[in-house]
Formats: sequence, C-alpha cells, structure tokens
Amino acid sequence: MCGIVGFFGPEIASREAEHLLLRMTDALSHRGPDATGTHAEGAIGLGHRRLSIVGLDDGQQPMLSDDGNFVLSFNGEIFNYIELRADLVARGHRFRTGSDTEILLRLLELEGEAALPKLNGDFAFALYDKRARRLMLARDRMGVRPLFYTWRNGTIVFASEVKALLTYPGVSAEMDVEALDQIFTLWAPIAPRTTFKTIFELPPAHVMTIQNGSASSRAWWVLDFPDMGGSDPRGDDAVADELLALLDDATRIRLRADVPVGSYLSGGLDSSLVSALAARHVGDRLRTFSVTFDSAEHDESGFQTEMVRALGTEHTSICTSGDDIAAIFPDVIRATERPILRTAPAPLQRLSAHVRDAGYKVVLTGEGSDEIFAGYDIFREAKVRRFVARNPLSRIRPHLFRRLYHYLPGIQSQSAEYLAAFFAAGADGLDDPLFSHRPRFRSTAQAKLFYSEDLRSKLRGYDATAALAERLPERFKRWHPLHQAQYLETTFLLPGYILSSQGDRVAMANGVEGRFPFLDHRLVDFASRIPTGMKLRGLDEKHILKRAAQGLVPASIASRSKQPYRAPDSESFRNAAYVDEALATPSGLFNPAAVAKLAHKARSGSMSGYRDNAAFVGILSTQLWHRQFAATSPSLTENAA
Amino acid sequence: MTTANQIRSFIIENFLFGDISHDLGDDVSLIDADLVDSTAILELVAYVEETYGVTVADADIVPANFDSIGRIAAFVGARIGASVAA
Repeated sequence: MCGIVGFFGPEIASREAEHLLLRMTDALSHRGPDATGTHAEGAIGLGHRRLSIVGLDDGQQPMLSDDGNFVLSFNGEIFNYIELRADLVARGHRFRTGSDTEILLRLLELEGEAALPKLNGDFAFALYDKRARRLMLARDRMGVRPLFYTWRNGTIVFASEVKALLTYPGVSAEMDVEALDQIFTLWAPIAPRTTFKTIFELPPAHVMTIQNGSASSRAWWVLDFPDMGGSDPRGDDAVADELLALLDDATRIRLRADVPVGSYLSGGLDSSLVSALAARHVGDRLRTFSVTFDSAEHDESGFQTEMVRALGTEHTSICTSGDDIAAIFPDVIRATERPILRTAPAPLQRLSAHVRDAGYKVVLTGEGSDEIFAGYDIFREAKVRRFVARNPLSRIRPHLFRRLYHYLPGIQSQSAEYLAAFFAAGADGLDDPLFSHRPRFRSTAQAKLFYSEDLRSKLRGYDATAALAERLPERFKRWHPLHQAQYLETTFLLPGYILSSQGDRVAMANGVEGRFPFLDHRLVDFASRIPTGMKLRGLDEKHILKRAAQGLVPASIASRSKQPYRAPDSESFRNAAYVDEALATPSGLFNPAAVAKLAHKARSGSMSGYRDNAAFVGILSTQLWHRQFAATSPSLTENAA
Repeated sequence: MTTANQIRSFIIENFLFGDISHDLGDDVSLIDADLVDSTAILELVAYVEETYGVTVADADIVPANFDSIGRIAAFVGARIGASVAA
C-alpha cells in the first residue's frame, strides 16, 4: 500500500524529471514511509512511495517488466495474487519476486485492460507501455484507492493525493464552487469532479488510456441489480450459508501480508463478524483496535468489550473527546483534501496513529456492509416514507419514524403529524430517482443559507441533485426502490465520503492500510442479486447477514439496533482557539455575519440539530481547506467558473 | 411589536442567522420552506413558552399550531386569551 505519482507528456525536460518526481513523492511520504522509487524516461515519469506489506524485500517500484518495455507504479493490494500467480506459473511463467506487483505487471503485459476483471483487490496504478507510448491509469471497482489527475500544456499529471499534484509547476488550488455546492447538498463531489478546479478524480472502476496527447476513459466494471420482480427460489439458510462462505474467503485473502494484520472493532455487527472470521484464520491472538468516546451518546465501548471477551483478542482502544477532535481537525482536512460535514473522520485519524504506534500497518474493517446489505437508516427511512405516503391521513404510520431514530431525542418527542411532515412522507414523488435521499439532501442544503452573495450569484441555476440524477444509468429505473437507494449509497457516498474522507485518507495519513472484506467484488455482486426482502425484512436491516452471523457473534451484538458511527460535532470546538480566526479568513464563500451568529450558537451549546451542526462543520472545514490549500491563490470565487 | 413579528424575528435570528431574503409571510409553511426540522420545532416551542408564559402540551405540537407564523401567533393569542379569561 503506497502512494503513486507521475506525468506523461511533453512539458517536463528529462533533466528536471527526477527532481520533480522526488518532490511529488515527498508530498506522499505518509502513504509510503518505507521506500521511494522513480523512473523517468522521455515523456514519462513515474514515482512511488512504498509501504511494505507484501514482498518486503523485493517489491520495489516502479517495476520494469522482464523485457523492459512496461513500467508499473501501483498503489494497493491484489488479494488473489497467489491464485493468479499459480495460474501463470502453470502456463510457464517465472517470477523474480514474491510480490503482488510483479503478478499485476505480468498480467497487464499479457492481457492489457482485459486483466482488470481478474483482479480481486484494492488498487490504483499507472502502467506505461514504451513501445506503444501509451499510459494506462486504472482504479479498483469500489474506489478504495484514490487517483487524481490534472493537465498542464498537454501533459497529464497524476497522483494518489492532490497535495502531490500541487507540487507540480503551475498547478494551484482553486475552489470549484459547483463541487463545493455538491458537498453542501450531497456530502461529496460527483467524480470526476473534485473540490479543486481543474483537478479531477479517476472514478472508481474506470480505466483511462492516454496516447498521442489524448485521453479516453471507460468503466471496466459496473454495479448492477436485477430488474424488479425477480425472485430467488432459495431460502434464507442457503443464502446465508453462501454469504458466510464468501465473506469468510474475502476475509481470508485479506489477511495475506508479510506483516501482521489487525482489525477494527466498533462494537457493531459488521466489524464484529469480520473480526470473528479473521480470528479463526490467524494462528495467534487477533489484535483489535477501537475508538471510544467520553460522551455516552457516541460511545460503544460496552459492545466492544463484549466482543473482545467473546473473541479473546488482544485489544486496545483510544478515547476521543471533543477537544481531541478539535485539535486534530485541521490535520484531518489536510488529509481529506475536501470539506466535510461531520467530524467522524477525526477519531479515525487518531485511531490510525494508534495502530501505527502499535506496530501495525494493516487493519480489516467492516466498511461496506451497510451499503451492500442495506444497513443504513436511510434505507429503512425511505421504506417508511413510502408506507406513510400510501395512506397520508394515517396518524399511526408516522410513528415508525421514531423506531428508526431511537437514538435521536428530537425525533422521539414529535407528533405523528410532524413526523410525517419532517420526512416529507407523501410530498416527494414516489417515482423520483432520488426519493430515498431527498430528506437528507434537503436538510444538508440548509447550509447554503450561509453562502455569500457572490457565491449565490455564481451558483444561480445550478442544482447539485439534478447533476447527480443525470449520472444515473438507464437501467436504474427498472430496479426495486431499495436497490436504487443502495446504488446511490454504494456508487456515490461510499467512494465519495466513506472510503475517502473517512477511509483511505485518514488511515493513510498515518501509513495504515484498511482492508474491507465486505467490498470483495464477489460479495458485492452476490449481495446485489439476492432479494430485497432478505436484506431489509420489514424494518429489520441486514436481515440475512444477521442470520449468517449466528454462532459467530454474540446475539446481543447481532440483534442490536443499528447505531450509526457518529462523533461529537460542533460542541467539539467550544474551546478551540483557532476557530474564530479560521471562520474569519476571507474566502469570499460565506456571509461573515451569518457565520458569526452560527459560531455563537455553537459556542452557547444550543446547537443540537443535524442541520446547524452540518453547516458549522462544513463551513469550518471549507475555511480550513481554503487556508491550507488555496490561501495563496488570489481569490477563490474570482477563479470559479 | 406584534406577536407575529416577534416570532418572525426569532426565526430570522435563530434559523436564518440574520438572512432576511426569505419570504416569511404569515401564511408561509415553515416545513415546506425548509425552515424547521425536528430540533428547530422544539426550539420554537421553547421560545413560545418562555416568551409568552404559556405551556405547550405535546398534543399541541402539531403543524396546525406551529407550521406558520400566523398559526403560531393565533395559537399564542388563544392561549393568552384563555388564561386571561380564566
């Protein structure tokens, strides 16, 4: 697991290439503290920072093919490299190293893009074919590993993180205001867009080819669901058995490493099940890690302790207070490279530092389960909203919203009339492709209240939700509403927020690689095909997964109501001295008077709702982004389209 | 200042953070205009209780009483009138 950089084109003279590659790789030293490598030749420059995990002594990169024609710079892991290697050896191939990098290189050399579907892994790589003078950039199916790029005078420049691109001559940080509006509506920019104007992200499951100065990209894998109306003749037991077998194998191959692998333990079903399966495979006691909070509202240490006892793991946790969150928050924004609406990534960045200090480079997590097995509240909420909409006059049906949000006191005290009204039950069109997410998008968009007049003017007529809806595939409308909602979560929110701001970026800030068994493509494809009623049965989320977990996870954990991972938001910043100055930094994006009132409300402790909290964290993180990345640019909004 | 204007000022200050560009007519639905959510409505109820000295029962916290400035003012007026009459 590592960081990659590179460029391809006429702009950089050969004598400058090596120095530039080193500067770019230095910007990614946190992703790869173990080694640095570069390869510069003609119009191509490739660089690599290495976090040694597989093939510790012989996996240096960029790696050249045996005949010297291909050069590969690769970030990530190919978990099925042992099987791929055996297949190649059976076909007469020989290898110099024990690394997965050499297997990937040989496969790409032999089969080109056709090799991509054979890979079971999390990766972003650059492969250069000298004879064809062709560069290939590719990214894994789910978007675990990042890859950003920009163009300068006909030269493509790319890297695992934007901060490496910003070291390239002439590349500067300018806010893309439409991307900012996407974050302040949808939580994340819509790939290939990023917060940085003129800097783009290669979308997940995409491959880009650059040759003769032009580029083309295509999706090499798509998430698909069956048309509505299909059924599965198998019963719960058979499906649960297959699920468990797939998850077990996904976990097994993610334990492959030449360094010890630990596991995160949140106290929920997903990480508990992954840890339970991992504990069966590792010979020694499994090492586990968790975050705890000093606020009871967010803390899950009771369930974590129960799971540690059940598995007998060697466990440590790191307690996070609001002051801790405030202290690390500027570093978190440096890592995420984009504004965020919640502080939830902050404790995870503290946790990855703890993991690193404990001598671990790799951890398993339960990420992805809520997307593929319908665990999030938003899926249940959409189902209840449809149920209420079928009989809008019912005063009984809206009470189901209370059951969904048992952990939110503001919801528990509401009348049926207000519950129905708040969730717009009956107000949103049932055939709206974004039906499931409309309440979230509307609520989040309230933060736009704080936009400056200038920003409002620049965004006049722009609708981030329409931009998202336009990207949905034609087949989307043939899917069950639950599958439509899952598609939105899995292809947009998962890579755009969970795997990036809350995943790769905060883990790799400390050189820790997260591995996600639930995002094994075999399991993702399997989960997409099983009937919706096996995932969300009534309001029982992840029904089939709970079934599969029987006997592996204590019943008290398997049957507990879903508790989303959250961290204290605005209240964390009450004592943070930098907040006022950060909010007052002239960015031209927000209305200073309104922001001052919001900050006052946050400090007074009277801010309890999602909307105000999301606005506060969103604005603060945008201002920090501006200070850290763009403050040297003349004006944010002047540069915006 | 009339009750309606007091409530309007409260909403502008606390939910709109001073932004006066929104249509806040007496009949505008606070929910349809995305001005209140589940916590904001409770802030409104607390304001009404503290400012006008009335008690709001859970059963009274319904859109018929709180979904517009006009409705809130009418609700407050009826409660104050009832307590004066008593």
